[in-house]
Amino acid sequence: MSSERTSIIRWFRGQSPFARFLAEFAENKVAMIALLVVLTIVLVAVFAPLIAPQNPYDLGQLTLRDARKPPGFVGTAGYTHWLGTDAQGRDLLSAILYGLRISLQMGLLAGSIALVLGSVVGTTAAYVGGWVESAIMRVIDLQLSFPAVLLAFVIAAVLGQGVWQLVIALVAAQYAYFARTAHGAASAERRKDYIEASLSVPLSTARVVLRHILPNSLPPLIVVATVQIAAAISLEATLSFLGVGLPPTEPSLGMLISNGFQYMLSGRYWISIYPGVILIVLITAINLVGDQVRDQLNPRLKR
Amino acid sequence: MIGFLISRVLQAACVIFAMSVLVFLGVYAIGNPVDVLIAPDATQEQRAIAIAHLGLDKPLWHQLGAFLWRALQGDFGRSFVYDMPVADLILSRLPATFELTVLAVVCATCLGVPLGMYAGYRPQAALSRVIMAVSIVGFSVPTFWIGLVLILVFAVQFGVLPAGGRGETVEVFGVPWSFLTGDGMMHLLLPALNLALFKFSMMVRLARAGTRELMLTDTVKFARAAGLSEFTILVRHVLRLISIPIATVFGLEFASTLAFAVVTETIFSWPGLGKLVIDSITSLDRPVMVAYLMLVALLFIVINLMVDVVYALLDPRLRKGRA
Repeated sequence: MSSERTSIIRWFRGQSPFARFLAEFAENKVAMIALLVVLTIVLVAVFAPLIAPQNPYDLGQLTLRDARKPPGFVGTAGYTHWLGTDAQGRDLLSAILYGLRISLQMGLLAGSIALVLGSVVGTTAAYVGGWVESAIMRVIDLQLSFPAVLLAFVIAAVLGQGVWQLVIALVAAQYAYFARTAHGAASAERRKDYIEASLSVPLSTARVVLRHILPNSLPPLIVVATVQIAAAISLEATLSFLGVGLPPTEPSLGMLISNGFQYMLSGRYWISIYPGVILIVLITAINLVGDQVRDQLNPRLKR
Repeated sequence: MIGFLISRVLQAACVIFAMSVLVFLGVYAIGNPVDVLIAPDATQEQRAIAIAHLGLDKPLWHQLGAFLWRALQGDFGRSFVYDMPVADLILSRLPATFELTVLAVVCATCLGVPLGMYAGYRPQAALSRVIMAVSIVGFSVPTFWIGLVLILVFAVQFGVLPAGGRGETVEVFGVPWSFLTGDGMMHLLLPALNLALFKFSMMVRLARAGTRELMLTDTVKFARAAGLSEFTILVRHVLRLISIPIATVFGLEFASTLAFAVVTETIFSWPGLGKLVIDSITSLDRPVMVAYLMLVALLFIVINLMVDVVYALLDPRLRKGRA
């Protein structure tokens, strides 16, 4: 098995930079397991309607007689509630699977909008330079010194509950990280000779920025993106828990945990704990993948 | 240096002004507190009196001007809900948050830095892996969920620690403190642990990254060549070199812990600032929201200014280049 693995790694070594990157990634077992976990969770969330024992939001399938039953309880519908049921008699496993969909959607949506917005702002600042650059970066730095949780919390509180309100709050809290990274990478590229050369050909500004500067500043942005998607999922859960996040019609994992909080002091732990366990596994796995990618892209750790 | 200082202070003042206008407009643009605060069966006359009493009948810019002028004098108006001056309300809640924050940040730093340095010094050791695993979990797991688990384990399952409240307090110069009594300390333990875990993870990662990079440098090579013991190298050289970023983060984190305190205080019903602001958001108590946000913004701007000034003192290039 292990000789097979090393031979695969050796085969990758001779390939393109991307393949070499994958081979190096595969050497770290923890990161590989984390990647598998992330992929599994995403697949489970995508196919939730096919996997879940019940549709947790079809009121016809719920009976109050089944409410707040512990894990392993066999419900009136005849199947086992492996993770127990919540206050409405909803199968918790199904609720978690559906909640995952919402949490992942929010994370990806907010993360990608923040990525695009941040890259545009950061790259523009680096390309234009001068007082525009210093003004933009001053604002970004100021914002970065403000904790993201607090910023998102304030904006979400001001805008009120709602999907788009929450996306705005998350993006506003996170775009600055992308902008700082994009600015750093782009201003390093901006000074290189090949950019000088392409500008003196002359290629159009748009072409130089989009085809040359942006692709070369992509690696650090990818690292930030993995970490920020995990952060967005966690932030969404926190805000929903505090009651300033998603409306009750969008039961994300954070909402499930929040709903179970009031039953916890009476010992009915499962309503809050199991959604939390999945949330943690997801976030930790994404962070582990991100850690490995960062270590691989950090030239200072290579001797 | 004087020029640099003046320009930075002016900048900070501009930022504070901009923040206050944004906060005021943002907060005052939502909802209508009249609907929340006045009983629906109140007569038209009662409504008018209440609106005039709360100053909500004036045009928005007039309210803004009055707000800014009074804020300059430290007067943030009266809370709609508690019907007392907001400044007094916030001051009365501040000690609870303060003792929680200080305990959490100090514990996190005193534990996180040595453990992080060890993990950076011996990246392959089993203990280092355990430390890093804890720090990754602490970094990944949302604070509120850790709080729930702490309550479940220590308050519900074993029943050894209380799940909420401040417990017994002792008055020192008219300010109640929990950490001076045994009962108060018991109440303080869980929320402080909850709040500290994220900071701890951050300190571990920072110390580890710094130590790992420094161990590869010539500084360490020469120190070893000079025959210093590994312990001396770590404490006298590595710690000193990584302490600059750690001190910066310590300062900034101290303020950002206030943000996390919002979450922790909500879970443990700790009667501090965070609990106050959550309650004020749900009850649309706008003067309290505005004052809280202004306080936090002010704190951040002042800390950033201090960091900038300290950097300029340490690095003369910054004084000329960026002023």
